[in-house]
Amino acid sequence: MILVWLLVIPLTGGFLAWALARRSDQAARWVSLLAAAADLAVAGVLWIQSPSHLEYIGGGAWIAQVDWPWIPAFGIRFHLAMDGLSLLMVLLTALLALASVAASWRALRERVGFFHLNLMLVVAGILGVFLATDLFLFYFFWELMLVPMYFLIDIWGHENRHYAAVQFFLFTQASGLLMLLAILGLYFIHGRQTGDYTFDYSRLLGTDLSPTAAMLLMLGFFAAFAVKLPAVPFHTWLPDAHTEAPTAGSVILAGLLLKTGAYGLIRFIVPLFPGAAADFAPIAMAMGVVGILYGAILAFGQTDFKRLVAYTSVSHLGFVLLGVFAWNRLALQGSVMQMIAHGLSTGAFFILVGALQDRLGTRDMGRMGGLWSAMPRMGGMAMFFAMASLGLPGLGNFVGEFLVLLGAWQVSVALASVATAGLVAATIYALWFIHQVFHGPPREPWKPACPAGRPRDLDLREMAILLVLAIALLVLGLYPQPVLDTAGAALEAIQQAAGPLAAAVGGGAP
Amino acid sequence: MNPGDLVALAPLIVTGGAAVVVMLATPLARSHRLIALLAILGLAAAFGSIVLVWPMQARRLAPLLVIDHYAMFYMGLVLAAAFVVAMLSFGYMHERAVKRCEFYILLLAATLGAEVLAASVHFASFFLGLELLSVSLYALVAYQRTSPLGLEAGIKYLVLAGVSSAMLLFGMALVYATAGTMEFEVLARQAGGAARYGPMMLGGIGLILVGVGFKLSLVPMHLWAPDVYQGAPAPVTAFIATVSKGSVAALLLRYFVSSGFHASETIVWALAAVAIASMVVGNLLALLQENLKRLLAYSSIAHMGYLLVALLASGALAAEAVTYYLVAYFVTMLGALGVVAVLSPRGREAETLADYRGLAWRRPWTAGVLTAMLLSLAGIPLTAGFVGKFYVLAAGVQSGLWYLVIVLVATSVVGLFFYLRVIVALYLRPEGESLAAVGTDATGPSPYRRRLNAGEGEPSPAARDGAILGGLALAGLLAALLVLGVYPAPLIRLIEAAVAVLP
Repeated sequence: MILVWLLVIPLTGGFLAWALARRSDQAARWVSLLAAAADLAVAGVLWIQSPSHLEYIGGGAWIAQVDWPWIPAFGIRFHLAMDGLSLLMVLLTALLALASVAASWRALRERVGFFHLNLMLVVAGILGVFLATDLFLFYFFWELMLVPMYFLIDIWGHENRHYAAVQFFLFTQASGLLMLLAILGLYFIHGRQTGDYTFDYSRLLGTDLSPTAAMLLMLGFFAAFAVKLPAVPFHTWLPDAHTEAPTAGSVILAGLLLKTGAYGLIRFIVPLFPGAAADFAPIAMAMGVVGILYGAILAFGQTDFKRLVAYTSVSHLGFVLLGVFAWNRLALQGSVMQMIAHGLSTGAFFILVGALQDRLGTRDMGRMGGLWSAMPRMGGMAMFFAMASLGLPGLGNFVGEFLVLLGAWQVSVALASVATAGLVAATIYALWFIHQVFHGPPREPWKPACPAGRPRDLDLREMAILLVLAIALLVLGLYPQPVLDTAGAALEAIQQAAGPLAAAVGGGAP
Repeated sequence: MNPGDLVALAPLIVTGGAAVVVMLATPLARSHRLIALLAILGLAAAFGSIVLVWPMQARRLAPLLVIDHYAMFYMGLVLAAAFVVAMLSFGYMHERAVKRCEFYILLLAATLGAEVLAASVHFASFFLGLELLSVSLYALVAYQRTSPLGLEAGIKYLVLAGVSSAMLLFGMALVYATAGTMEFEVLARQAGGAARYGPMMLGGIGLILVGVGFKLSLVPMHLWAPDVYQGAPAPVTAFIATVSKGSVAALLLRYFVSSGFHASETIVWALAAVAIASMVVGNLLALLQENLKRLLAYSSIAHMGYLLVALLASGALAAEAVTYYLVAYFVTMLGALGVVAVLSPRGREAETLADYRGLAWRRPWTAGVLTAMLLSLAGIPLTAGFVGKFYVLAAGVQSGLWYLVIVLVATSVVGLFFYLRVIVALYLRPEGESLAAVGTDATGPSPYRRRLNAGEGEPSPAARDGAILGGLALAGLLAALLVLGVYPAPLIRLIEAAVAVLP
């Protein structure tokens, strides 16, 4: 039941904020903030209790479950379940939701109520994706989160927002429909074999599929997740959507929406289709490595600060793809860690870029420069997150990338070596944009925008958000064990569910 | 004919009776409000009679009609849709300087025809119902005699529907000449599952399908749809899109299932080709439409293609899928065209995308309804359209119709693009105004309302009634859309009971 509360809190908060905004925008902001905080608190309580509540059933070490009948004609149930993996994702979601509400506190002034409604709806949708263990319900949430995200981009976005919003919607919808076909295919194959027509994840595990069928169905799922992740040939929607979205939208997109793809890879693809995934693993890992390098190189080539951050996401999530298909414990742990760390660091980056754009009225790095002297606090924060992004030891991203590379090394020395080059590339683009924006001679583009002559530095609110994210990254980097433990039990159960076949994916756990 | 039969016929009798009452009342009191009220009450009474008749056993009335759960379900659907159309028509017709009262007689007559179609199991009743529906529609489409577009639409519909009826009759004649019967069940028994039809029989069935395909606006019998949708008054467009198509689809489903066409490869292939053509053409032609009514016309062509996919996926699931899809489609199309009807100012239709720019900030609720309807057409969760699409895909996948299912998926992504185009327009910031300025007056009186009332001073009571009825209809449709999208289980049970009577 507590899982339902996780969904109900943001939904109620969103609608309440919408209703209150007729009276006062400020009230809407507070309601939305409180809803996100309450969700975080609920998730936190679950985390603290989790070690004593584990229940090992059907491919998961579940902490909590809700299972209600929904559409009996198809055997569809409203089945939510949380294991360590979902719990971590839920925590990340709630934290970033809080951050995005706080980040749009002042910058967002138009139609505040509707904005917070959409924000809370997308958060609820994402939470649903992380919790659903009925495949129909999963698809339901998967599609549901698109609509409010679409509105966030289309209404509050920047210059080219309509194009970006439509492109985002079309890409995800097209790939999502392929997944729906695959889900239906699996449903009917399983139903015909066993007479048990169900969409339930744990009952669908171990369905006996012919290799061709397994491969086709797996590709259906993979299409949806690869677009969301994004894996390289399917990433073209991402830079546009991230760049055009408002700050909160970019935080949610990069921090959370991309993680739903990664989550789907771990939760569904390999456990449901271990054989096909094993066959496909070399291609997927290669796609991951290509993504790492390609994203980094393109990031280096950007002049739009926000677009640069968007491309770093492509690069960082390449590590996740590599790690998941290496499918040993180290690599999986690394992938999960990378998902969390990337969510925090990229979320922070988008907040920084948003703050910069509010002050300067531009995202063009060619017009920035020498900002450190004007905004030392922002400079320092940007430096910190740049270090996180390039994988400095002691921060969360390093742990994630290191574990992924370690795990991938056991599977393919060649791919792991090439992927390591991504770390170098990350160093180059991170230092390069710090240099461009904060060092060098001031190019003073802020003259027209800021009558006072120099832009404001980060204020207390912005510092607070960024510090929370920075501390979280630091803790992840210095003492990752609690997170690794929480994910560990869940990953072990998932790996067991995937069965011995999956051992072939990555040559077995160490 | 015994008393029980008469009771079973109650929905038809009440609808017909209501038409007669309205016709008699019209010369006595030429009051638009009274006549509309009578018509609306008549439709409600007919719907109520279905609820009473539902527990009865299926009843065969002569060779022509059968009143079983399937027929009752579709009659109820048709009546509910007609009820909504009547509610929408009141405000719409009130704004137009035409003779308003006769509109409702035609509406009731057309509804009666649609009901007959839902219950018919014989070529004769099939044709009677279809003609009753069509002839009423000729007049309804061209109801605004002063509008050139309306007249053009009326004539186009008249000529093309006439041709298609002729083809239908010829097809029936060919089938009758070969099989010696006009009853669906007997035809099925004669085919005996072997389904090796001779050329004459195939030709006859083909011609019948042409006639049916015309009504459903399937490609290549779709050419009338955009013009008629555009030219007809918006409530009539809603009627054509739902009641007219739905009743014919109900008949097609019964005919298709009971006469065992699945066994005939020729027919299945022909229908599959038509389905693919409809999905592709409908979605592609809608892509760059600037006119919402035409866009919805193309969209409905595509949706009928989706429906055919479900129809071709034989089995119990297919009948359920077709029925659920139709219900979802009814709610959605009524909602979308209902918004057009409610927004249309005096003297013209609110149909170009420019009319809808920034609507969300002027009339948030109306825009919200239209957004929900468009998302439902695109099959996005929380809406009835999503469950409908899921049903169709499930039926298709179960029967292994992969090529059709893939085309459906690909074209529906194309479809999403033009629904999004409309939604983008709805949420555009109005030109010439800064964002903040518009945000503040979002709750003010709508420009449409202002325009409607310009030069009139206070709105008349009838205009207010019209606005209230229209608002109620849209609110009801939105509620139905969400309920069907979130908790479809009760409707699914009802549909299972309805399609259980099909062989």
